[in-house]
Amino acid sequence: MSALLQAENLSVDIPVPGGVLHAVRRVNFNVNQGETLCLVGESGCGKSLTALAIMDLLPHKARRSAQKLSLAETDLLALRYRQMADIRGNQMSMIFQDPMTSLNPAYTIGDQLMEIFLRHRKSSRAQARDRAVFLLEKVGITAAGSRLKQYPHQLSGGLRQRVMIAMGLMCEPALILADEPTTALDVTIQGQILHLLADLQREFQMGMILITHDLGVVARVADRVAVMYAGQIVETGDVHRIFESPLHPYTQGLLACVPVPGKIGRNKHLHSIPGIVPAPIGDLVGCSFRNRCSHTMDICASDDQRLKAPALARGYRCVLDPEVCRRNGQMVAA
Amino acid sequence: MNSSLVPLLDINNVWLTYMVSQGLFRSKRPLHAVKGLSLSIKKGEVLGLVGESGCGKTTLARMLLGLLQPSRGKVFIEGRLLAKEGRWALSKKIQPIFQDPYSSLNPRKRVGSIVSLPLKIHKVGDPAGWRIKAEEMLDIVGLPRRVYYSLPSQLSGGQRQRVAIARALIMRPEVVLCDEPTSALDVSVQAQILNLLIDLRKEFGLTYLLVSHNLAVVEHLATRVAVMYLGRIVEEASTDDLFNEPRHPYTRALLDSVLTPEPDLGLPDARLGMTFPNPIDPPSGCAFHPRCDRAMPECSEHVPGVVQDSLGCVSCFLYADASGQPAKQD
Repeated sequence: MSALLQAENLSVDIPVPGGVLHAVRRVNFNVNQGETLCLVGESGCGKSLTALAIMDLLPHKARRSAQKLSLAETDLLALRYRQMADIRGNQMSMIFQDPMTSLNPAYTIGDQLMEIFLRHRKSSRAQARDRAVFLLEKVGITAAGSRLKQYPHQLSGGLRQRVMIAMGLMCEPALILADEPTTALDVTIQGQILHLLADLQREFQMGMILITHDLGVVARVADRVAVMYAGQIVETGDVHRIFESPLHPYTQGLLACVPVPGKIGRNKHLHSIPGIVPAPIGDLVGCSFRNRCSHTMDICASDDQRLKAPALARGYRCVLDPEVCRRNGQMVAA
Repeated sequence: MNSSLVPLLDINNVWLTYMVSQGLFRSKRPLHAVKGLSLSIKKGEVLGLVGESGCGKTTLARMLLGLLQPSRGKVFIEGRLLAKEGRWALSKKIQPIFQDPYSSLNPRKRVGSIVSLPLKIHKVGDPAGWRIKAEEMLDIVGLPRRVYYSLPSQLSGGQRQRVAIARALIMRPEVVLCDEPTSALDVSVQAQILNLLIDLRKEFGLTYLLVSHNLAVVEHLATRVAVMYLGRIVEEASTDDLFNEPRHPYTRALLDSVLTPEPDLGLPDARLGMTFPNPIDPPSGCAFHPRCDRAMPECSEHVPGVVQDSLGCVSCFLYADASGQPAKQD
């Protein structure tokens, strides 16, 4: 089976006053039907821009380049603006982070839901309305018919996020990109929204790219994980492998940073990664993580790191011996 | 009088009511953000305050800073009435650290003047002394001295939060009120700031009130935890007891919804339903009963009393009736 979404050497460059910001640097990944890929990393690592690059929604100045970017059989790189508009929201759609700002306050949620359907399908308003009601019920909103006439400000944060999810599903997309869908919500609502996404994804057999910085969310939702740092994917793999034996020093550091109730002694120091995420501006050589890494060697600065693949569907970008990485990883996971 | 017996902060049956406009021609309606809340914090403690957004955590914090006056009830600090302390005296005793280090620092002021401003306001020493003290403070919070002349925009999120901490601590307050101190920060930076808060507490003998929705952070730092729901404390216990043996159904639901990085556990189902009630129209009786999976008929009729025992306080009919009598165990 060929992958639903294939991205090869996808890069995003943004010209900034000091040079060129390489926000996303030659990332490779694919998403299969019915699979959830989690892009995880700290702010500024390029995970949101990766999603925007797939959707062709990048900011005006940003330049996208790739060797291959295809959805099902369609080559997304060859599409003209209008052709892309036919795909966006139809075959793939995006759920944005902040439901407070990504819904239009001047239109009712019914109008906003139906707009997508009317744009992509040759349908009547009544059909679009039925579809909107159907999906609002699907995402667990009661009295969906009367909700259509409400404005976004009349809904709570959790409800708005549900509306965003329903909107993403209006045209039964094959791929859904969810950018931090639960970050703005309370923990109690977060669980429900993630449940909902996982259930709907299973039901409609969608591929999903979930972008988050919350390792707890990753662990519970992902099938596969890609850890991003300074625009690069530094480690990819199956979710169990990533959490049980992280190979890259950055992944190991990230996992050790998270306080887990009952695992780390109270008031004990948490592991922390010293320093801050560097901005990938200008010509970049060597490993971007070397200034924060505890295993840095001379070779880290000179050689551009290749993504090694010690086992199938598993890769990490580090010069360290896999055996050393594995031992370090087990120490973190223990 | 033994000072260790007097709680540092004593919140005694405090109410806070906002009058909320309903529209141009309609009368205002009361919104009880804090309803008869009692809480005390001893010296050296770290009290974690958790609850969903809209439960009144921030209102409570603002009252403790003297920014809001309670509508009813009294707050005492070191045995004296907080309302009579005056802002100057109060600001020497209690200082806040806010959630968002991007908006809590003046973007036009340099780090040095941000950190030394409290000294200037309280007229402690002379300008040369301010500088020495501010630089010491930068050392303590782990910032290089060269940031003294930096603007906040030149610093990263973690560094800005360190500046905010330095500003809060320069007057050596007793209590530091941390309102979501790490939720705007990245995971790796969050760990740095939490470590710093742990160190500072040891070094200065600080007392923290830690307001957070991140239960893992609260578990890591707090010695005691209070769970708040719609303006009331529904459960309060030591951190160990609360996390090992949560009693109130709401506490259980909150703990269930924590996502720890363990891939085998799948998604938890907190069974809470969708709706956080509108605080202007709170449910009758126990405010939690519409979302509670163990609600009983009496829950919608009466407000449960607070039962205090060796484990802490809990306000739920499962543990006592309204008069505080122990209820039947199931």
